[in-house]
Amino acid sequence: MSKSSKFDRLINRRTVLKGAAGAVGLAAGSGAITGFPYVRSADAKVLRYLGTAVNEGDEISKKCLADTGIKIEYITATTDDVTKRVITQPNSFDVLDTEYFSLKKLVPSGNIFALDAKKIKEFDNLTPVFTKGQLPNGKKIGDQGTAPWKVLYLEGANSKTFSKTPTEFVTLIPTVYNADTLGIRPDLIKRPISSWTELLNPEFKGKASILNIPSIGIMDAAMVVEASGQHTYADKGNMTKAEIDLTMKIMTEAKKAGQFRAFWKDFNESVNLMASGETVIQSMWSPAVTKVRSMGIACTFQPLKEGYRSWASGFCVSKAVSGPKLDWAYEFVNWYLSGWAGAYLNRQGYYSAVLSTAEANMTADEWGYWMEGKAAVGDIKAPDGTILEKAGATRDGGSYDERMGAVACWNAVMDENDYMVRKWNEFIAA
Amino acid sequence: MMLVFALFFLLPLLFVTIVSAWDYNEYEMIPAFSLRGYSDTFEGCIADLPNLCTILKTYLKTLKLCLLTWVLTLLIGFTVAYFLAFHVRSKTWQIVLTLLCTIPFWTSNVIRMIAWIPLLGRNGLVNRGLEGAGLIHQPLEWLLFSEFSVVLALLHLFTFFMVVPIFNSMIRIDRRLIEAAYDAGATGWQTLLNIIIPLAKPGIVIGSIFVITIVMGDFVTIGVMGGQQIASAGKIIEARLNALQFPAAAANAVILLGITILIISALTRIVDIRKEL
Repeated sequence: MSKSSKFDRLINRRTVLKGAAGAVGLAAGSGAITGFPYVRSADAKVLRYLGTAVNEGDEISKKCLADTGIKIEYITATTDDVTKRVITQPNSFDVLDTEYFSLKKLVPSGNIFALDAKKIKEFDNLTPVFTKGQLPNGKKIGDQGTAPWKVLYLEGANSKTFSKTPTEFVTLIPTVYNADTLGIRPDLIKRPISSWTELLNPEFKGKASILNIPSIGIMDAAMVVEASGQHTYADKGNMTKAEIDLTMKIMTEAKKAGQFRAFWKDFNESVNLMASGETVIQSMWSPAVTKVRSMGIACTFQPLKEGYRSWASGFCVSKAVSGPKLDWAYEFVNWYLSGWAGAYLNRQGYYSAVLSTAEANMTADEWGYWMEGKAAVGDIKAPDGTILEKAGATRDGGSYDERMGAVACWNAVMDENDYMVRKWNEFIAA
Repeated sequence: MMLVFALFFLLPLLFVTIVSAWDYNEYEMIPAFSLRGYSDTFEGCIADLPNLCTILKTYLKTLKLCLLTWVLTLLIGFTVAYFLAFHVRSKTWQIVLTLLCTIPFWTSNVIRMIAWIPLLGRNGLVNRGLEGAGLIHQPLEWLLFSEFSVVLALLHLFTFFMVVPIFNSMIRIDRRLIEAAYDAGATGWQTLLNIIIPLAKPGIVIGSIFVITIVMGDFVTIGVMGGQQIASAGKIIEARLNALQFPAAAANAVILLGITILIISALTRIVDIRKEL
């Protein structure tokens, strides 16, 4: 999930500028810091935060500075570039915000540092989605792919092996996750959509799209293939070569028949394809659907009977971090889970890892709309105050339990990743 | 000068070549000799005959786009340069008009390309206009996310690289030669073919080198305008890099470099730039 896009960065840069001005004002107003180059003052607590744009809200860093005195410097990159940076330049960041499926590449590289669960205050309050693979009500959820609980623990502080049983060494402290599905234009399709197979339905010839990020695109493709009854995968997130061949064959036939209008790679492309009516059904991400809707265009993040493809991300630190910086990192992660940030993420349509603290920071109406599938009593607003939904609206897919409970698979890195990437290139060239 | 060249060009190139012959796994390069990057790239090239393998298909497509873009930028670029050099008399206007050619570069790549959707899209300006004029009844799908749109965007971007060197060659042509040709009774076409084109050749070749090298390595324009459905040599490298398969990416880069060098050396065979300059 590379939610960072040029467009987002544009917006972020603008808001970050405002934020920086605010921060300086705050520092000047508080009178605590008198030296002019504020950032250089000896006591400034600065953490370089590498991640995608998903969690990098300017509001979050401002609030964090106000609450803890820690100044967050965002380094924004796409999912692939974040991974590349961790592998090649581990000294260029302090805190890493990344997805669980990247861990299969990151942990063996030895460039990240496992955090100590005992120092995370809310660790025992984490949603059991991460620790046990089940909902708070005990329902088990899909475990295909790189599900977070498979890669949550390490065997030791410097171990490169994932532990099957809980240990105190945690690879990523979970922060945010969501369940992804297809986005549709109900005004142009004009009939109910209930299955992933619709993506390849000839009815939408030349009006469908899928994302061109191989590791995620193939999972969406697998959902389609399985839904159409052509093959049942043992694990969609870890296909055999024969399964990759089959999946790509079906997709290639559809591509040759002209099923796809375009493939998309960044958030903004997906918004444009959908908003302009170039596509009417495509793989999509939740905030992209919200963005299309905020333009006044009908767009549904359609729940499908075969379930969702889920992703999750969290925090760890670079192995180069030590001393007071490590303490700040713990302080930052603890602050992040303490509720304000969680509520902020929930209001964007994501889910926070510690539900209880986020709930305490949201109104009952907000909690009802975003988490419980209830109709909104008043207007639902985005964190920046713009109105997302009018009173009476309900969330696509319903409550947390309905959406997360219907997760079928998780973003993954396959054992046959190398082969898969080659086959994907072949698909694009076909 | 030599040092800069060695440090920032030859050395990195050497590294790329060395790495292309390394082995790799999910997260790191292994400095052991392996031609896996290359053998994977040419996978199926013999087994799949008579069907073309991925890499050949990709290069054929890239070459086709490159050729189309080259021919069209040359035609348009030459015409624009001719107009600027021979029809615009004042130096100021020549400069102003040349600067106008840079307008496509005033916005960012992404915004520029997104802007094509409202123009060429299914509900775009062109389709609406044609439908309004009663010329078509169904929107034309091939206007966007097709080879047509890719070539159009490439033209829009890179014609400038043809205009400048050709213009530069043309203004250096001694006007007395043209007058002499006129006096000797040559027609406009004869002057063009026998005097202007031969003397503008260095500019044409330099412009061609710019356009060909850029288009051969391009993956952003082809990706966005082709709806990510058209393969390009650069795209393969990008996909490999994103999967952290650096040696495989390096191998593809070496192959691309080799092919581009072949084309360029063929071009310089036709015109010896060093002699002409």
